Amino acid sequence: MKGATIDIRGISKAFGSFTALNDVSLDIRKGEFFSLLGPSGCGKTTLLRIIGGFEEPDRGAVEIDGRDVLPLPPNMRFANTVFQNYALFPHLSVYENVAFPLRLKGTRRKSLDELVMYYLRLVELDAHAAKMPSMLSGGQKQRVAIARALINQPSVLLLDEPLSALDAKLRHHMLMELDAIHDKVGITFVYVTHDQSEALSVSDRIAVMDHGDVLQVGAPREIYESPSTSFVAQFIGETNMIDGIIESAGGRWYVVDSSGIGRVAVSDPRGYRVGDRVTLTIRPERLRIMPRGQQAPAEANVFEGRVDESVYSGFHSKYYVRVAGDRVLRVFRQHGEQDEGEDIAWNDSVRVSWSPRDAHIVGGPGK
Amino acid sequence: MTGTPRKKWTGYGSIYTLPLVAWFTLFFLVPLLVIVLFSFLEADIDGGVLPRFSAAAFAGLAKPRILRLFFNTIWVSVASTAITIVMALPCAYYMARARNKTMLLILVIIPFWTNFIIRVFAWKSILESNGVVNSALMGLGIVSNPLPLEHNWIAVIVINVYTFLTYAILPLFSTIEKFDFTLLEAARDLGATKLQAVFKVLLPNVRAGIVTAVFFTFIPLLGSFVVQQLIGTKDMYMLGNEINDNIYKYFDWPSAYALAVVLMMLANVGLVFVMRSDRRQAKVLGARRVDDTDEDGEAGSGGAG
Repeated sequence: MKGATIDIRGISKAFGSFTALNDVSLDIRKGEFFSLLGPSGCGKTTLLRIIGGFEEPDRGAVEIDGRDVLPLPPNMRFANTVFQNYALFPHLSVYENVAFPLRLKGTRRKSLDELVMYYLRLVELDAHAAKMPSMLSGGQKQRVAIARALINQPSVLLLDEPLSALDAKLRHHMLMELDAIHDKVGITFVYVTHDQSEALSVSDRIAVMDHGDVLQVGAPREIYESPSTSFVAQFIGETNMIDGIIESAGGRWYVVDSSGIGRVAVSDPRGYRVGDRVTLTIRPERLRIMPRGQQAPAEANVFEGRVDESVYSGFHSKYYVRVAGDRVLRVFRQHGEQDEGEDIAWNDSVRVSWSPRDAHIVGGPGK
Repeated sequence: MTGTPRKKWTGYGSIYTLPLVAWFTLFFLVPLLVIVLFSFLEADIDGGVLPRFSAAAFAGLAKPRILRLFFNTIWVSVASTAITIVMALPCAYYMARARNKTMLLILVIIPFWTNFIIRVFAWKSILESNGVVNSALMGLGIVSNPLPLEHNWIAVIVINVYTFLTYAILPLFSTIEKFDFTLLEAARDLGATKLQAVFKVLLPNVRAGIVTAVFFTFIPLLGSFVVQQLIGTKDMYMLGNEINDNIYKYFDWPSAYALAVVLMMLANVGLVFVMRSDRRQAKVLGARRVDDTDEDGEAGSGGAG
C-alpha cells in the first residue's frame, strides 16, 4: 500500500476551557507531503496526535483511505509517528530499535534482517546498527526514528516537529533528506512545524493554523503570494500591511489609508465594495527602491520617503523607508539582480514603488 | 624558581570520605569481623563465648529443624518480595504520572511515622478472632464462628507486603518519574499492545528501580522475625527467630552468629548475581558514549549529499 488519503472532518478538541481545535476539516491527498504550519498552541500537534491515535477528538471524524480510524488504537492504524524527541528505546541498539515493530509481529529472522538493513541503508545508518541510541548524534537519532517509523510500511507518516531539536545547518540537511525519503517511499507525509521556511521548501501543500482554526490551505507559492488573511501574510515571511477603505475612481480601484500614505492603487478589489474597510499586504521584495533623483517608473504606486534604517545581509539588503504619515515600509532588494549602480544608505531621500498587481487585499483589519 | 608549575594535589576525595570510612570501620566492619570470629568460638554457658576454636555452631546448622527454617525463610521472603513488587509497580507508575505527586508521596509515607511493632499489633487487632474483621462478619451474621485469620502463612505474607510496600514504591517511583513516557506512545505507535509496551519498553527501562526495590524488600525480609512471632506460629519461624532465640533464650551466641554469617552469604549471593547481570548491561549501554554535540557523522554525509 503506497500512501493513503486522510479525510479530516469537523474535528473539535478542547482541553478544559482551552480550545485546541475548532471544527477543523482537511483533505490530505495520497502520497502528499502535507504540512501543518502555525505558531505554538495553534492546534497542529493536537491534530497530528488525533490522526496518530494518541488523543481523542470531542467531535468529528478521521478517515484514512476512507476507513474511520477513530475507534482504532494507535497500533491498528496505518500511520506511524516520528516523535519530536525521537523517542528511541534507550535499552535497545539501533538495529533493535528499527526491528522493534517486526519483532512484535514475529517476522522471520531472515526477512527481518533484510528489512532492518534496507531501512538502515535508506537513512545511511547501516554502519551504526550495533550502537546504542545514547552513542548517536541528534541527526543520527532522528534518522533512526524515521527508519523505525517506516519499517512497518505505513501508508501515512506523521512527523511532529522532527527537526526542532537540531541546529540550523543540520536542520536544512535533514529537511532535504526527508524530502528525498518522501520521494523514495511515496507515502503520505503529514509534517507539523512552526517554521515557515521548512514548510515552504518541502511541502506539496500547507495548512496554516492559528488558535485551533485552519486559515488557509494551499501550495507553498499560493500561501506566500496570495495569503487569505493578514495572519497568514504576517506568519509566512515578512510583509507590509496597509489598512484602509476601498474607493473607486475612473475605472480604477484604490485603497485609501486615512492615517498614512493615502491612495494606494490595487488591481482587483476581490469582491469588496466601495466603502469596505480592508487590509492590504505587499511583500517587501515586490517593492522597488530608487534614489529620488532617478526617473520614477511608470507605475501607479510611487511614494517618496527617507531611509530610516538599512540592513545589509549579504545577498540582499533590507530598507525601512519612512513615507508620508510616519508609515514605515519594508523593502528588500536583492543584490546583483537590479543594477542601480549606486548604493542607497541611511537617511537618503528615496522613491518606493510597486505594481498594483503585487498588493493583495486580505480582508478587513483585525481579521 | 623553576618554570614548571607544581602538579596540583587532587587527593581531597579521600579526606572528604574519611569520616564515613571511620564510621563504617568502627560500626560495621569491626562488628562484622566480631560476628565471624565469634561464630568459630565455643559457647559460654550463660551467653558470650570462650576463647576456644570450635566449628560446632556451623555443624549444628545441619539439622532438619534448621533446614526447615532455611526453607521457610527463602520461600516466604521470595513470595513476599514478588507480591510487594507486583503491587508496588502499578502504584508507583500511577504516582509518577499523577498531577499531585507530592501529596501521594506523603500519603504513602505517613503510615511509617508509626512504630513498626505497633503496626503489627494493629494488624493483630484486625485479624484476631475477636478482632475488627471477625466482629464485623459475625455482627452482620455472615459467619457464626470467627474465621482463623491469624496464625497462618497468608497473614504473615500480607503483613510483610504491607510493611515493605513503601520501601518498594519509593525507588520505583523515583525511577519511573524519570522515564520518558513518549516511549510508551512510540511503542504503541509501532504496533505494541498496552501490555507489550509495558513489558518490552517500560520494565526494561526502569530495571534499576526494580532491582533496588527487590533489595530493599528481600534483604530485610531474610532476617525478619517479629511478624512470625506475633502473628504466626512456631511452624512459621524463620532464621531471624532462631537467631533471636539463640541469643535471648539459649544463650548460644556462636550459633546465632553462625546463622547470621550464613544469612549474610545468602543475601550476598543474590546481590552479586543481580549486580553481575547489571554490569553486563551497563557495559553495552555505557561503552563509547558520544558527546551529543558531536555531529561528525552529519558533516560527513552532508558533504556526500
